[in-house]
Amino acid sequence: MRVTVDGNEAAASVAYRLNEVCCIYPITPASPMAELADQWSSRDGMNIWGSVPTVIEMQSEAGAAGAMHGALQGGALSTTFTASQGLLLMIPNMYKIAGELTSTVFHVAARSLAAQALSIFGDHSDVMAARQTGFAMLASASVQEAHDLAVIAQRATLEARVPFIHFFDGFRVSHELNTIETLSDDDLQALIPVELVQAHRSRSMSPENPFIRGTSQNPDVYFQAREAVNPYYAATPGIVSEAMDRFAERTGRRYRLVEYVGHPEAERVVVAMGSAAITLRETVANLSANGERVGVLIIRLYRPFPAEDVVEALPASVRSIAVLDRTKEPGSFGEPLFLDLLGAIAEAYQHGEVGVMPLMIGGRYGLSSKEFTPAMAAGIFAELARDQPRRRFTVGINDDVTGTSLPYDTSFDIEPADTVRAVFFGLGSDGTVGANKNTIKIIGAEADMFAQGYFVYDSKKSGSETVSHLRFGRHPIHAPYLITEASFVGCHRFEFLSRAEVLGTAGHGATLLLNAPYPADQVWQMLPRRVQGQLIDKQIQLFVIDAGAIATEVGLGGRVNTVLQTCFFMLSGLMDQERAIEQVKAFIRKSYARRGERVVTANLAAVERAQQELRSVQIPQEVTSTIEVPSLVPASAPEFVRKVVAKMMAGDGDELPVSAMPADGTWPVGTTAFEKRNVSDIVASWDPEACIQCGNCSFVCPHSVIRSKYYSTSRLGEAPVGFKSAPLRAKGLPGTSYTLQVYEEDCTGCALCVEACPITVPGGQGRRAINLAPKGEEMDAERSAVAFFESLPAMKRSRIDFATVRGTQFLEPLFEFSGACSGCGETPYLKLLSQLFGERAVIANATGCSSIYGGNLPTTPWTKDATGHGPAWSNSLFEDNAEFGLGFRLAADQHAKLARERVQRLRSELGPDLVDAILGAPQRTESELQDQRERLDELKRRLEKLDNPIAQDLSSVVDHLRRRSVWIVGGDGWAYDIGSGGVDHILASGRDVNILVLDTEVYSNTGGQMSKATPLGAVAKFAAAGKTAEKKDLALQAMAYGSVYVARVAIGADPQQTLQAFREAEAYEGPSLVIAYSHCIAHGIDMRKGLDQQYRAVASGYWPLVRYDPMMRAMGENPFLLDSPRPRLAFADYAQRELRYSMLASSDPAEAARLAGLAQEAVDQRWATYEEMATRPAHRFPTDGRRDRV
Amino acid sequence: MNLSTRYMGIDLKNPVVASASSQTYTLEGVRRLSMGGVGAIVMHSLFEEELLADAEQRARLLEVGSESFPESLSYFPDPLPSKRAQQYLELLERAVATAEVPVIASLNGATPGGWTAHAREMEDAGAAAIELNIHMVPVGPGIDGRRVEELHVEILQQVKAAVHVPVAVKLSPFFSSVAQMASRLDAAGADAVVLFSRFPHPRIDPESLEVIPGVDLSSPVESRLPQTWVALLHGHLQAAIGASGGVEGVEDVVSYLLAGADVVMTTSALLRHGPEYAGSLAEGLALWMSRKGFDALDQVRGLLAVPQGNDAATWQRAQYVDTLRVANANWQGPW
Repeated sequence: MRVTVDGNEAAASVAYRLNEVCCIYPITPASPMAELADQWSSRDGMNIWGSVPTVIEMQSEAGAAGAMHGALQGGALSTTFTASQGLLLMIPNMYKIAGELTSTVFHVAARSLAAQALSIFGDHSDVMAARQTGFAMLASASVQEAHDLAVIAQRATLEARVPFIHFFDGFRVSHELNTIETLSDDDLQALIPVELVQAHRSRSMSPENPFIRGTSQNPDVYFQAREAVNPYYAATPGIVSEAMDRFAERTGRRYRLVEYVGHPEAERVVVAMGSAAITLRETVANLSANGERVGVLIIRLYRPFPAEDVVEALPASVRSIAVLDRTKEPGSFGEPLFLDLLGAIAEAYQHGEVGVMPLMIGGRYGLSSKEFTPAMAAGIFAELARDQPRRRFTVGINDDVTGTSLPYDTSFDIEPADTVRAVFFGLGSDGTVGANKNTIKIIGAEADMFAQGYFVYDSKKSGSETVSHLRFGRHPIHAPYLITEASFVGCHRFEFLSRAEVLGTAGHGATLLLNAPYPADQVWQMLPRRVQGQLIDKQIQLFVIDAGAIATEVGLGGRVNTVLQTCFFMLSGLMDQERAIEQVKAFIRKSYARRGERVVTANLAAVERAQQELRSVQIPQEVTSTIEVPSLVPASAPEFVRKVVAKMMAGDGDELPVSAMPADGTWPVGTTAFEKRNVSDIVASWDPEACIQCGNCSFVCPHSVIRSKYYSTSRLGEAPVGFKSAPLRAKGLPGTSYTLQVYEEDCTGCALCVEACPITVPGGQGRRAINLAPKGEEMDAERSAVAFFESLPAMKRSRIDFATVRGTQFLEPLFEFSGACSGCGETPYLKLLSQLFGERAVIANATGCSSIYGGNLPTTPWTKDATGHGPAWSNSLFEDNAEFGLGFRLAADQHAKLARERVQRLRSELGPDLVDAILGAPQRTESELQDQRERLDELKRRLEKLDNPIAQDLSSVVDHLRRRSVWIVGGDGWAYDIGSGGVDHILASGRDVNILVLDTEVYSNTGGQMSKATPLGAVAKFAAAGKTAEKKDLALQAMAYGSVYVARVAIGADPQQTLQAFREAEAYEGPSLVIAYSHCIAHGIDMRKGLDQQYRAVASGYWPLVRYDPMMRAMGENPFLLDSPRPRLAFADYAQRELRYSMLASSDPAEAARLAGLAQEAVDQRWATYEEMATRPAHRFPTDGRRDRV
Repeated sequence: MNLSTRYMGIDLKNPVVASASSQTYTLEGVRRLSMGGVGAIVMHSLFEEELLADAEQRARLLEVGSESFPESLSYFPDPLPSKRAQQYLELLERAVATAEVPVIASLNGATPGGWTAHAREMEDAGAAAIELNIHMVPVGPGIDGRRVEELHVEILQQVKAAVHVPVAVKLSPFFSSVAQMASRLDAAGADAVVLFSRFPHPRIDPESLEVIPGVDLSSPVESRLPQTWVALLHGHLQAAIGASGGVEGVEDVVSYLLAGADVVMTTSALLRHGPEYAGSLAEGLALWMSRKGFDALDQVRGLLAVPQGNDAATWQRAQYVDTLRVANANWQGPW
């Protein structure tokens, strides 16, 4: 059967049907494989032996590997789906699994490893880091191969007993949609002899036939035992080859361990693995058709390395070989595939098996999904033709530091002219990608058509932009690279023309479909000069439609996808127009049926209206526009921002040379301030008359776009027109004005501020003192207002009332304009952290949403104040964050000790008064900390004048004399699951660190998988039938130590309690844990109601606000404070407003009711426990041993 | 005293029927109603509109944030099909098995296909009859009154063609000619008309400046309007007449029967006093009958209906003028 699917589905569909147990953990880009398996399992999908496989989500990949190992030892056919750091965490078990000759296949969507930075994109760094484990490795180069080699690997592992990694390129293959031929259950059955399955079971552990594995061996036998596996590895290539033969007999699709394609007498050959091999194969076909003697050697079996097959496959005529590696091993002699090839051929030459030793060079390409194009492939062949080719090289980048990169002709294009190549620019929220996926399915389903789709997404989660690359043709599409010469460009939002290089990908004579909110005859004059020039130069045909107006008219809101999809079908000429429209309508009926008649009707109406309203625009001969594409960053931005960051923002990061990159992953802070994204047309608007200046709006603003200052009213004389102001509502400060400044260009229109505002303007029909309003026409005026606001002096921190929400609005946020989802429930907490402690904070951030919106380039939100102080932030890994942060503390304590000792030694030189004041300073309150800062400034001045080694030494650590605030930040996936052991250990360590858990109760960043924080009754991925276990009470666990400050907070329920908890946690000299309710897009809520949901979570007793302060215990008081009032809502009144709960009520009402009942019970029980604790005498709480010492 | 009667061809032990309410949300509620002494139970309505709105909202929330960020192209597992309609049908099936009295399903459709499909499913689940709750509030000025009437007839015809069990139509009082509407439904094959459905009028709170949804229970005075129409229609229709609204005590049940109702429906009284109150109503009815010397309901039913062959409009106008005169005499202001 022919279907159009992505690589993940292609591989998972085989893996699922050939296994009994899947132990997984979510990780990009492999998660969809596991999610599909879970989905099939939850719908009782069977494997080919008629049983429903068990899919279990573990707490980490290490856990998944352990469970796999056990399931395999238990005799079950078991698999996992993983990538990157996940595969690394499996390595210890992989040695065991291989060492015990256990049959299994790990399916890996190969991805970069975190080094100077994390990257979610594709290369072979991960699989190459596992090549020494004893696993065989089979590489798929395409979606079809990911499907086919999955079964070949399974057959081979069962026969050879050597475990396999089956891998394919992350994103490029895992997420590419392509039309493939599928394998039926019968095919799979024919290819997997049941005797092999039974043999696997017969090797399992059984008390009926007991034996022992996992012994401890000593110098006498370990070595020999290690060598005992050799015959199995020697036999494996033959077994794989045999499996490939059987596969070819069954399906007609022929694979080889090592496949040579090209000129039979090739002189130049390139060797590669993965999707690049497809690009090379197509390039070779093109070059050899033009008489060039070139070829490509495709490696499918990489381990055990089939040296003989490699040597045999190479034509005798070959004189030079380039071996490509999609990984980087700094300091090595060469990357692994190169070394293997070099060794194999050199050895064969030594033994006379090849007549001539070819010249061999090794190159790197494609790290982190860097494009690998036919042009680059041709560039490598050109390099091989040189007399002295580079011994080592890179391709696809400009390495202007060590000169490794090859030049190539970017205009080289081999794509068949009859392939329709279409590129679409859309917004994540407008349905463009969804519509394109539908288009691919519609066309891919046509008997004689083939389709391919690949989607490039944004690095930001709010207002994200997408670029879809679609190819259609009458032959299978072998082009695993982005489109550069599009025959069709769809621009689904007019503003993109001023921001992105929309027409850069357009080929000569292409068609541009533009969604324009203007009549057709006015569109030309609204286009920027650059775009007009491109339209004329490339002789582009322009079609326009006001899709937004049609979508609104037919009742689809902002969803322009159907309108534009219809236009694409009309313009592309891919299918007979009538049939195409019919198919689109049929697809609408099918895919929207679930949502009800109204949605179907509206979409059908959109199809009709689109056909009527599509207009062609005549392109004049001359450019007439005076509209220039605005510069992305202001001229005043720092040089690095202008030269490097701005290029990345423009989507031209690929052009940046190596020299532009920091070598150690260190980047400047505060770059989001330069990226005015203007993602929302409606923004917050302040009403100075109605405002009571409480600060609630700025407190909850997730994007730090609402800021307050008070200042002398006399300053208003200099204010630009439109600058808003009101007299300060505070006693004792006459002649003082107050401004609540909205940064309109950064506002995402999330409306949390409106929800938080306590004022309802009388007779104002629900108006508040802050409201959403259409963005002003005059952006320049807005910019001058912000500039003037920023020119007003910042408040002195020592004069700000830190104890009240009202006071904190005057603290400068040092976390601003992040790319988090609009209305994010996490970021208000981080902003608060930055305001309160940012100027002396170091932050360890676990991988997850907060590390992505906190550290995903091009621009990052953590910033510094006018004096250059601000949070120092780093992300190590997902699993180690608590430990990482503890390390900050250890270093800080060590250096503080060192500094104290040094300063003491220099007491007389530096001035005894100053030194004594510094060493004796209490550093708890803000004014004490500010005093210390001033003393240290004075100390540094005095140190500069001293010329002695101790003074120099002191200078290097002197900043540690001011108390450093160490924060360990992450989500629940980290704190409850993968990092749980570390969190627990750090809580028990007694060290002065602060752990902030941004609890969304689900893995948000990877798309909503269940964690141990997921509540009872909620639906999540891997809990499609509703979670049946109660959420872990992390707070109670931490309290058990007696030495941990613990708080559970919810900013939307009680901001004052949140503030208090943050301050107490930070001031506490020991470990602190703050668990913060973070509403999330993954809850399935209208994000505007996020704060209301927080309120309900607390009011229902589901999320009791508590604080546990060991200092109170030390003073003989009850340390446990229950801050929220008794439940006054039913749990259901909170829960049923969220899709994660209501979804189950739809799909399984009886189970939903049962779980809701249990959840209510759990709420009641926990409340009773807490109430009892709140009234317990102090002596019934544990004593903090650190303080009890006499 | 024999209170047994027939309603749409179904034998009932007495004419007190529990009308659609939240009491039937659970099987326990149905059981209590059945034990409490009602003659029949009308289940709460299956609102197709709600099912659709639910599906629509679910789809909308599922889409939020999807296909935007490479690591999280979706945030939820692929949803399993909704079982909300099935839940209703399962409850209905169990209610039929549990209740010792006939169970009538109530349907509020939203699409042409929905009316017939759900009606068929209700029949399959064992409903003794189906009451169509055509709750159409034509709030828009562009909605033609004639079209609203036609829709009622069309829906009834479609459902009648789809099922074999009797079909009742619950009407709203807001027709220009209630009598004609009832006659048209009668002609179109309605097995009963139920007068009337309640339109939950919202209330305005001048203090909070908010509109408060109207969910008050009905009061006895509300029985006057349906009672008048029952009296006018009695004897003019093939279809049975169900009376609904404002039943609080025995006298209200009796009044409806005297006006000509075949059955008397109540929700508010049962919600106020509990399901067992239906038994008290039936007992009270029996006592009243024996006190007044009646021994069968047929002797009571329609005794005070508008006499057939009379000019009903004249009769009603005369009553109206009388009513106005009395009102003017009794209700004088303080001036």
